[in-house]
Amino acid sequence: MSTGPLTAATRWRGLAAVSVVGILVLLLLPHFLSTYYLGLVIQMMIFALFAMSLDLLIGYTGMASLGHAAYFGVAAYATGLLALKLGWSVWLALPAGLLVAALTATLFGFLALRTRGSYFLMITLALSQVVWGIAFGWRSLTGGDDGLPEVPRPNLGLPWPLTDETPFYYFVLFCIGVGTFLLIRIVSSPFGFALRGIRESETRMLSLGYNVWRYKLAVFVLAATFAGLAGCLYVYYNRFVSPDYLQVVRSAEVLLMVILGGAGTLIGPAIGAALIVLLDNVVSTYTERWLLVLGVIYVVVALFAPRGVVGFLRELRGKKAAP
Amino acid sequence: MTFWVVQTLNGISFGMLLFLLAAGLSLIYGLMKVLNLTHGSFYLLGGYIGLVVMHKTGSFVLAVLAASCAIAFVGVIMERFFLRRVHLQELPQALLTFGFLFIFSDLATVIWGSNPQTMPKPAMFGASIQIGSFFYPSYRLFIIGFGFIVAALLWWLQEGTRVGAMVRASVDDEEVARALGINVSLLFTLVFALGAFLAALGGVMGGPIVGVYPGADFEVLLLGFVVVIIGGLGSLKGALAGGLIVGLLDNFGKVFFPEFALFTIFAPMALILAVRPAGLFGRE
Repeated sequence: MSTGPLTAATRWRGLAAVSVVGILVLLLLPHFLSTYYLGLVIQMMIFALFAMSLDLLIGYTGMASLGHAAYFGVAAYATGLLALKLGWSVWLALPAGLLVAALTATLFGFLALRTRGSYFLMITLALSQVVWGIAFGWRSLTGGDDGLPEVPRPNLGLPWPLTDETPFYYFVLFCIGVGTFLLIRIVSSPFGFALRGIRESETRMLSLGYNVWRYKLAVFVLAATFAGLAGCLYVYYNRFVSPDYLQVVRSAEVLLMVILGGAGTLIGPAIGAALIVLLDNVVSTYTERWLLVLGVIYVVVALFAPRGVVGFLRELRGKKAAP
Repeated sequence: MTFWVVQTLNGISFGMLLFLLAAGLSLIYGLMKVLNLTHGSFYLLGGYIGLVVMHKTGSFVLAVLAASCAIAFVGVIMERFFLRRVHLQELPQALLTFGFLFIFSDLATVIWGSNPQTMPKPAMFGASIQIGSFFYPSYRLFIIGFGFIVAALLWWLQEGTRVGAMVRASVDDEEVARALGINVSLLFTLVFALGAFLAALGGVMGGPIVGVYPGADFEVLLLGFVVVIIGGLGSLKGALAGGLIVGLLDNFGKVFFPEFALFTIFAPMALILAVRPAGLFGRE
């Protein structure tokens, strides 16, 4: 793994230094950015978590799901509905949202995990469309196409109301920080290595005595729960939820984030998410044809950058170290 | 009684449209192992092009031919210049076909706007015909007959012709087929174009009964998936059986439980998945 003069120790130190600087920058960011850009960073962080959760499936376990927005969306709807209609506080509404995402994933997992490859792609996409159909059709509960406006921001009982952008930024930063920390722990645990084993060869893992099916269901539910956390934060951020949250386009967008950044790492999807959110905002100011632009990006990434930004950087470093 | 006959015929005629769509999806997957997410766009663009030609010339036959051939050509371009470069790479294939789905979807909105449009029926099948004690639109009967003819033709193409034999050989073992001198590369283009042709055919034929509207691409893609999940990817028989099953389920679902029509399709799909993960006629 280690190329050139980089030993494990120096790499580890470098990584630690970069992380500390990164965390410091994120903590100080509200002092430098206007509300608009702070909002942009909040979106980037939320989608980074969403993309990292999908990468648990795609990059680490080798299961390409095309319906990941379903869990993002159901959690957003659950949290939004509970906060809006029943006035639940964030302490209850957010865990409830996560629970709903996990339960949905358990149910869908029993169906989808019977298949692999292209069937898995199709079934995850089809199941997410079912959820979309419910959100769209069940007007009395979900408001249908109009969505649910005016979801209240969480009230933590702190002196700084989360309706202001800066305290809300710290709230999101905290949640995303916890989520990312847990994801890092998951992928570097024995469980995470078992997932990589499943990606490389399911039959070998089976013959080693691993209950592959149980591992797959576990990671499917875990990924959905993290996607759910992103969904809950997004509904609090936007104070709005609509069927758009669980549309195919969103599932495809998060897939693009993962591939564009680089599947199989956690930092890759985060980079991909930041790039796409940024691009979405830039392009939207010039034209309404975001879908068209997005489509072109898909084609370009598929043809020229299937390993993503991280893969590209690795190749670059590999080439430098080679001669 | 009349109710049941009418609804069954409605279901079968819609099922035939789904068959046209799913047959291409299935053939393409069977040979090239590509899950073509752009397939719904072929259907939608076919419908729009058919509409334009129909308005210009007034000829339904011309509309069908022009639309199907134009989309088959789009298929050739897509296969030759794009899909070919990500052969057997599942994720880049998904990204690529997703990309084209979005591009075509947005382009269609730019060109044809966002209002639903209905295609006029061909003059020959404009009327209803009497079956026993009730009247039934002859166009739907025409679709049913047409669907069976296409199914028979495809079956003959696959089982009875030299090209079909080459396709079957390539499906079984691509490398050996290449070694035997079969031009697999050309077959890929032909089959992808044929799939696009069939999807566009479905779009034009469906124009008079289900209309042409933005979002139809995603809708039929989803139904197409359910068809091939039920029938089995790569199987022509599966596409026909699945198409008819989903057509009927969809129709009766919309009649009896209009709010939850999707469930009448997905519950049976879940059931079949539980019993036969590869579908009714699929092979693992």
